[in-house]
Amino acid sequence: MPARAAAAGPRVAFPIERFQLGNGLRVVVSPDHAAPVVMVAVYYDVGFRSEPEGRTGFAHLFEHLMFEGSVHLEKLQHGRLVQGNGGEFNGSTAEDYTNYFEILPSGALELGLFLEADRMLGVRLDEETLANQIAVVKEEIRVNVLNRPYGGFPWIHLPPVLFRTYNNAHNGYGSFVDLEAATLDDAAGFFERYYAPANAVLAVAGDADPDRVQQLVERHFGAIPARPVPPRPDWWEPLPEEERRSVHVDPLAPAPAVAVGYRVPDPIDAMDEYVPTVVLAHLLAAGEASRLHQRLVKRDQVATHVSGSVSLFDSPFEVRDPTMLSLVAIHHEPVEVGAILAAADDEVVAAAERVEADELERVVNSMSSSYLRRIDNRMYRGLTCAVLEQQRGQAELLDELPARWAEVTPDQVSAAAERWLATPSRAVLEWRPASRP
Amino acid sequence: MTVPAVAPSQRPRLPRVRDVVQDNGLRVLAVRRPGVPRAEMRLRVPLVRQGPADDGTRTRLLAETLLSGTPARSSFALAQDLQRLGADVMASADVETLVVSGSTLSATLGPFLGLVAEAVATATFPADEVLVERQRVAQELRIALSQPGTIAHHALVSRLYGRHPYGLPMPSPDKVSGTGPARLRRFHAERVAARGSTLVMVGDFDPARAVARVEEAFGAWLPGSPPVRLPAPGPPRRGPVLIVDRPGSVQGSIRLGGPAVDRSDPAYPTLAAATAVFGGYFASRLWANLRERRGYTYSPSAGVSQRPSASNLVVGADVATEVVGPALLETRYELGRMAESLVEGAELGEAVRYLSGGLALSWQTQAGLASQLSTLSAFGLGIGFLRDMPEALARVSADDVLKAARRWMAPRQLTTVIVGQAEAIRAQVEALDDVEMAG
Repeated sequence: MPARAAAAGPRVAFPIERFQLGNGLRVVVSPDHAAPVVMVAVYYDVGFRSEPEGRTGFAHLFEHLMFEGSVHLEKLQHGRLVQGNGGEFNGSTAEDYTNYFEILPSGALELGLFLEADRMLGVRLDEETLANQIAVVKEEIRVNVLNRPYGGFPWIHLPPVLFRTYNNAHNGYGSFVDLEAATLDDAAGFFERYYAPANAVLAVAGDADPDRVQQLVERHFGAIPARPVPPRPDWWEPLPEEERRSVHVDPLAPAPAVAVGYRVPDPIDAMDEYVPTVVLAHLLAAGEASRLHQRLVKRDQVATHVSGSVSLFDSPFEVRDPTMLSLVAIHHEPVEVGAILAAADDEVVAAAERVEADELERVVNSMSSSYLRRIDNRMYRGLTCAVLEQQRGQAELLDELPARWAEVTPDQVSAAAERWLATPSRAVLEWRPASRP
Repeated sequence: MTVPAVAPSQRPRLPRVRDVVQDNGLRVLAVRRPGVPRAEMRLRVPLVRQGPADDGTRTRLLAETLLSGTPARSSFALAQDLQRLGADVMASADVETLVVSGSTLSATLGPFLGLVAEAVATATFPADEVLVERQRVAQELRIALSQPGTIAHHALVSRLYGRHPYGLPMPSPDKVSGTGPARLRRFHAERVAARGSTLVMVGDFDPARAVARVEEAFGAWLPGSPPVRLPAPGPPRRGPVLIVDRPGSVQGSIRLGGPAVDRSDPAYPTLAAATAVFGGYFASRLWANLRERRGYTYSPSAGVSQRPSASNLVVGADVATEVVGPALLETRYELGRMAESLVEGAELGEAVRYLSGGLALSWQTQAGLASQLSTLSAFGLGIGFLRDMPEALARVSADDVLKAARRWMAPRQLTTVIVGQAEAIRAQVEALDDVEMAG
């Protein structure tokens, strides 16, 4: 095991404290009293990869239902209590988690904990609410996917090209047919199975005293009965043996686009091998100084937009295995996809041959600086702590990620390019503005 | 089980602002805000000075190519040098203001300001770079103009502001592709000047030293001619409901708008409270009705779009094509209810606490505080607004809200535009109002 490099680059030191309740709920607290603001987040260890066949989109639909009333609260009361006390709330559903969170004036800490405890205790379900939220989710899908150009590009359409198994490949927003088939029994079963206290992590960040947090957490969450935690399936599947391709026609899009997806190492069990692929994605395709921007936009002038990231939502440390590195370009109309891919392949080969120390240093500086900017916000700080604790048992990575990136060597980045990108084992999604012969 | 009481919140303490004007007229605001070892910068440059106002073509392209080269550095070298510092810079512009936003590590504040100043004061707009960038920007505009929300926004502001520059929020892609480097250089020389510009810095640094660093970096920037305000637009034309056909749409994007006041107006807190009760948050009337009761939409909205020369109310919802008529009816019903009857029970208090809390949350971060101060400066306001606004909101009464709603939210004063499949929408809307088809 290599020695950790001495704190290269900027450091922060947000304290982390943790404890666990008798019912299995894990809790992390990161106090900071610079502003009278506190955030509360609960992560449930269930994302859209867990939803059953025939129920695509169910994890996300269920997230909506969690705002519609709980044991002691009527519909609309949750939002009213948070926002009517000067706070803000939201939730989201990703590959491997569903989260719920609020950021509040610090005097409302207990309220925030109560609200999360109440819906962990039980969610109110009735036919009217279910039908209402199915309709709302359909409008969400229309506004974010169906009614706009490049809707779902590439997060909905690339996974089914790269992956073969249902859990990794299916559309996490869900089909309308599946959403409409959802029943109250499905919801009750999903809650029973996945929303157990021991399947959750609670995080509190900001202006709160850890002892007081512990006392309040015990008061509000302590009486929630323990339930068994479902075994977490292994969703690994073999890498593609040859290139897989697909074409999607988007009549609303004014210009063609292409996305390429590559498999990457296990984000958690093979973290030392995984981190260089995250750095590689930035080096190749994040920002104006990146190799693919310089090549495709500036030199060859074939593309107008280039980006690259790891995981479906550019959250490489919030995802489990298997996931992907994706490169994306929007290109000019007469340009053939083959020309874009050939240029991208050139750049991958070049990165596999050589990465300069200076180039790597500036890429890592930029990654670390953006990351610090993000966690300056107590909301993202709490969210990051929670997911790192849930998936890795390592909330402390909140402070340590920049140092992990700074340890990566040029050779490791080249090796990552060689091993994971310089290969036909990938998925290519062509996005076409309208049917072409 | 009762809902826990909320303890009275400690009022956030306003940080001290170092506020100086350099000899060349550049105003500098610097605030120390520790937390993460970083610094945020916002520079606003007024672009309306001597000479006719631009139609947005040159201003947009100017922003997009500001970092495309200086006498000392190519665009690639600039991008690399910024990246090395852990810095990022982005420029955007509308017809009247160039905004250069950026951030860096505190340790690299001096070199960062040097690079920003170099680009702002000495950008060279190299021909080869401009030719690439204008094609890229033209395509970005085409993509933006294919978004239903953008189309609806265009239609609405065109109705509200007519031929005033606010009536055209984005330049045409073809005009952008036809604008050359010489025009940009001339425009830059005439308009990107220190006088009237404001640079805000917030972060983990000593404000006095930060101000000195700005002076070193920007001291040689030319003052230029004094900025001029755009004339105020004339009164809007309400007109019939405007339907803009967008073949292939699966929703109707509904927008209603009318004149409003901005945050520097004494009536603004009342208008903000009325807007919040109506549709500003989850439990608001529009959300409760359109989303939580009827399932017509995912995320309705209501707010005040504020610009230095004019502001407008905007209410919006994207709904399935087959319920455009019913959704418009319910939206107008809720607007009418605001204008005809007093707000009830707890809703005003909730809305006011939501707005005050949201304001406090907005400046808990370095980036948030920098953006707030920069925006406030555009309206002649200072950091005191962050203290005064919650106090003013707390004084708003139900009677005030009713008056504000009558003045700004009455449905018959608002203009309505809808983007979607025209044929499917038209008959639904004709049952409610006169209709005009766009184009």
